[in-house]
Amino acid sequence: MAIFLNENSRIIVQGMTGAEGMKHTTRMLKSGSNIVGGVNPRKAGETVEIDGTSLPVFGTVAEAMAATGANVSVIFVPPAFAKAAIVEAIDAEIGLAVAITEGIPVHDSAAAWAYNVAKGQKTRLIGPNCPGIISPGKSNAGITPSDITGPGPIGLVSKSGTLTYQMMFELRDIGMSTAIGIGGDPVIGTTHIDALAAFEADPETKAIVLIGEIGGDSEEKAAEYIKKHVTKPVVAYVAGFTAPEGKTMGHAGAIVSGSAGTAQAKKEAFEAAGVKVGKTPSETAALMREVYKSLPA
Amino acid sequence: MFERYGVPVLQGLIADTPEEAEAAAAKIGGLTVVKAQVKTGGRGLAGGVKVAKTPADAKEAAQKILGLDIKGHIVKRVMIAEGASIAKEFYFSVLLDRSNRTFLSLCSVEGGMDIEQLAVERPEALAKIAVDAVRGIDKAKALEIAKAGGFDDELAEKVADVFVTLYGVFVKEDATLVEVNPLVLTTDGKILALDGKVSLDENADFRHTDRTDLERDDLDPLEAKAKSMDLNYVKLDGQVGIIGNGAGLVMSTLDVVAYAGEKHGGVRPANFLDIGGGASAEVMAAGLDVILGDPQVKSVFVNVFGGITACDAVANGIVGALETLGSSATKPLVVRLDGNNVNEGRRILAEYAHPLVTVVETMDEAADKAAELANK
Repeated sequence: MAIFLNENSRIIVQGMTGAEGMKHTTRMLKSGSNIVGGVNPRKAGETVEIDGTSLPVFGTVAEAMAATGANVSVIFVPPAFAKAAIVEAIDAEIGLAVAITEGIPVHDSAAAWAYNVAKGQKTRLIGPNCPGIISPGKSNAGITPSDITGPGPIGLVSKSGTLTYQMMFELRDIGMSTAIGIGGDPVIGTTHIDALAAFEADPETKAIVLIGEIGGDSEEKAAEYIKKHVTKPVVAYVAGFTAPEGKTMGHAGAIVSGSAGTAQAKKEAFEAAGVKVGKTPSETAALMREVYKSLPA
Repeated sequence: MFERYGVPVLQGLIADTPEEAEAAAAKIGGLTVVKAQVKTGGRGLAGGVKVAKTPADAKEAAQKILGLDIKGHIVKRVMIAEGASIAKEFYFSVLLDRSNRTFLSLCSVEGGMDIEQLAVERPEALAKIAVDAVRGIDKAKALEIAKAGGFDDELAEKVADVFVTLYGVFVKEDATLVEVNPLVLTTDGKILALDGKVSLDENADFRHTDRTDLERDDLDPLEAKAKSMDLNYVKLDGQVGIIGNGAGLVMSTLDVVAYAGEKHGGVRPANFLDIGGGASAEVMAAGLDVILGDPQVKSVFVNVFGGITACDAVANGIVGALETLGSSATKPLVVRLDGNNVNEGRRILAEYAHPLVTVVETMDEAADKAAELANK
């Protein structure tokens, strides 16, 4: 089954004709994703040949959906235009919009999110500033390399892109139902909790790895949620124990102010919820392997 | 900045030296306040704000404040502001509330004190009102905030217009925080923003090409160099230089190195450096250049998981940097590569066979090796 993205996903790419869009559309096609078209108002009506596949370009998301039955959009539009692209996807009520774009002003993402809420959240937004989502063997919407791991029973949700890859790599002997990078920005569409709820409901997912990092309180909230609502085993990893206070560590969200949002506080919250926390990615993978072995067949 | 948007403020002048501060105080006349211009809060408590009765006092105050270390930020600039006769002090801020993915306004009729202390000791005195990112703060919303903060009708009417103007600053400047503490009522009935703090969103720099250098003045020289090369670098105080791709993986690398250091004389990471997704050989070489320029660095750990970044490009960057450095390269490099084109990356380094470069299979082993080498 996987979550949010599966073999029935029909993907369009907003910003497909740009350099990033082209590169990653090629990669997504190679990984077996069903890409059905792209959106660029200035190239509407044209056809683009990518890796042997002819892809139609539409003027709007709504037109693309009407013509192709698309239900997923991946957004590679540059930061200055990303808000408009996300709002357009929301207006078209596409089921899933994955915003890969890094560097979107937080006023733009906050406004886009407020807009989605006002519209009744008919669109699930993932990101921005994320690697996207992959359900190995089924579909890949974003920039995650598809050859790291195959399908399997583990669900992975992570704030960080490269830590997503690292963990997929560590657990490649078991495989994943879905790996989702929710992004490290202060305002994101899909949270740890959203992914946990979906993994809990997904019969193919038997155990969950959650990766967090310093900043915000998404991990603390997730810990509370796990305690109350998640019956499947969860193993967690938190990055940023050595990060100094008041400095931004790359991700716009990864900044520690005072005691709230520290890696230590997050670790303690998880442990209080009965979630095992690994000190390193490899230790986290080892904990998951133990959990996996103890699962009833 | 407040002045530009029409927020009522006292006259203030910027000074970089005690002599300039003296001249500024003389120009303003009367009682003045000398304030550190730094990118952090809590400057009052750290001795970064002083009242001066005369220009000579202002010079002396500036002498004490300039060069002060406030939470790791060295003060290089002060503001000399007009003194005011204060009747009452209030608090107002609007900020990004990432937990609720919206904006939030904090407001209290009791201002001037440490607001975090107020929030803990008497939370009922500090109003927290959610602000919709699309609708923002209009006059009606401003009145709602003021009344929730404990202002009576007459005062609320007075401050509400200032709140609307401050929200304008928040939006137009792409700020993540606009705080006024204290906002004051003077004895002659005027509302003034006496002291404030604004945090700006760097992602929005493209909309604000006029941003001044206040933000960047207090950068460490290595940080300034990295910034000029568009590298995401933060200087820390350890001995193991770190380069990786992706903020999360680099943060994780710092942690793993710190753990490994516990077994090797307590060595710690010397920096955070994220070369980002899809990094080229040039970016890798530039990153190494910055790190090797840090005299505290004893060893370097390059930790890359190639997603978009190709490991062969990383390997070529390392080779290129070492070629450029020639015999001036003296610090050992521990390299761990995985992911995109890993075999080609490892082959390039194996073929190059530089005596300073050790390629290690896993992140944990590599961290251990780098810590060991830094402790020699």
